[in-house]
Amino acid sequence: MNKIWIIAKKEWQSFFDSLTAYIMLVVFLGFSGFFTWLFGSDIFFVKQASLSVFFGVSYWTLFFFIPALTMRQFAEENKTGTIELLLTRPVTDWQVIAGKFLATFLLIGFALLLTLPYYFTVASLGNIDNGATISGYFGLLLISSAYISIGLFASSLTNNQIVGFLLAMAIGILFHFIFSLLAMSTGGLVAETFNYLSISARFDAISRGVIDTNDLIYFVSLIFLSLVSTEAILQKNRN
Amino acid sequence: MNIVVENLTKIYGLQRAVDNISFQVETGEVLGFLGPNGAGKSTTMKSITTYLTPSSGTIRVGNYNIYDHPEEIRRNIGYLPENNPLYPDMPVIDYLKFVAGLQGVEPSQHKARILEMVHVCGLEGEKHKKIAELSKGYRQRVGLAQALIHDPEVLILDEPTTGLDPNQIVEIRELIRKIGRQKTVILSSHILAEVEATCDRIMIINKGKIVADGTADALRKHAGGKEILHVTIEDAQLNEVHQQLMKLESVEMVDFVNKENGTFEVQSKTGASSRKAIFMLCVQNNWVLTRLNPIETRLEDVFRELTLS
Repeated sequence: MNKIWIIAKKEWQSFFDSLTAYIMLVVFLGFSGFFTWLFGSDIFFVKQASLSVFFGVSYWTLFFFIPALTMRQFAEENKTGTIELLLTRPVTDWQVIAGKFLATFLLIGFALLLTLPYYFTVASLGNIDNGATISGYFGLLLISSAYISIGLFASSLTNNQIVGFLLAMAIGILFHFIFSLLAMSTGGLVAETFNYLSISARFDAISRGVIDTNDLIYFVSLIFLSLVSTEAILQKNRN
Repeated sequence: MNIVVENLTKIYGLQRAVDNISFQVETGEVLGFLGPNGAGKSTTMKSITTYLTPSSGTIRVGNYNIYDHPEEIRRNIGYLPENNPLYPDMPVIDYLKFVAGLQGVEPSQHKARILEMVHVCGLEGEKHKKIAELSKGYRQRVGLAQALIHDPEVLILDEPTTGLDPNQIVEIRELIRKIGRQKTVILSSHILAEVEATCDRIMIINKGKIVADGTADALRKHAGGKEILHVTIEDAQLNEVHQQLMKLESVEMVDFVNKENGTFEVQSKTGASSRKAIFMLCVQNNWVLTRLNPIETRLEDVFRELTLS
């Protein structure tokens, strides 16, 4: 645990040293704030004291921002060769992966923490459903974890950050659009399978504050599978 | 801790980077790897540090096997990889702190160890700078500092002095020799003088195989079996001297080195020495022998002979 924390702290520091963290926080808050409060079908449009609009906006902003955070985590180490030093320290591959995951997760958590004024504002406007708000935030963290895992996996495949970013986006798009499109154009069991794999159907429920066990299992499996694949890639590079 | 490599083979695709090599390094020994680029030096070192998994063969460091206890080995090894990879955005002190933490140095010891490394590696003036701002020589010192911070039993250094100026090279060599008295050190280089100056033992690797192993002197003897003399004879007819020298029983070949002052290179037959015969020849003919010195085979020649075939 100690080693994981050391790696996470270093990754956290490098988010801030490289200004990535500041850009990410400003743009995330700017984007989600703009679309939540000012533009389009914003929070006043729904005429309910609910943050579901904000959750919908965040869902998309995080989809773009998380790959930008994870893209360099393994790709840059592969490129400069620091991965060799890191993996010859007395740490396991899992500790390295967990450390990098944790740092990104904490940064996303921090960004979401900064949106708490949204909650207080809406709560002062009307009767807000606290349960739905909590599970909405929980859902965002869950989806973020899935994006982070996919991002780390994509980054481990390459030594080019941009490729890492695009790959993570491509995998994300697969889960967002392609699977649901395939589900629509096929039928029977195949359609059901694709529908099951699609993230977008699940998020509608989550943004309304409904998370069932099925979704939980889905996201945990997705995270687990991505991280196991990342570990497999690290192993493969040793051969 | 000693290092035992047994039948190590590493295959990349169709290429055998390391081909069934075995050797042993004892505690208190500094072993130098010599070899042309792509000979398999780095691959062997990467296998010892547990970064690469061998295709076959085993490596033991102390009582630990790379397959069963990689973490114990990593705890005891200090490693400076080729090209010295570092995190450019990190300040030197932060990087050393990060490494100390990962290597399991007691937190109470962090400060003392980091300060000692800064001192030993001569980083006092640069410790608060970002690594990206350092010159190549200072980066190399940071690379050494990170390898030494946990006071490892085994030190693996892949080309430790690249990028250093002559003064720094001397300092680093002294440091390596000092460490090598108590620890086990393997270093690679293609600077022959460096290996000769720092290492107790030299191993020449070519095309994944060990082609020579021993002290610098032993290697010279091994390769230069024939005696070569430079002879200067004055006050004599050069052609006649040449002819007479050729007639000597022990001489295999005579060559002019300098016709101006009458210097010849005389190569004896294997195992024979011509020194006495040449002296007697000069006495008989009343020639003035002003020089007669044996030419040592240089390590460069040994290296070229072993790796160019």
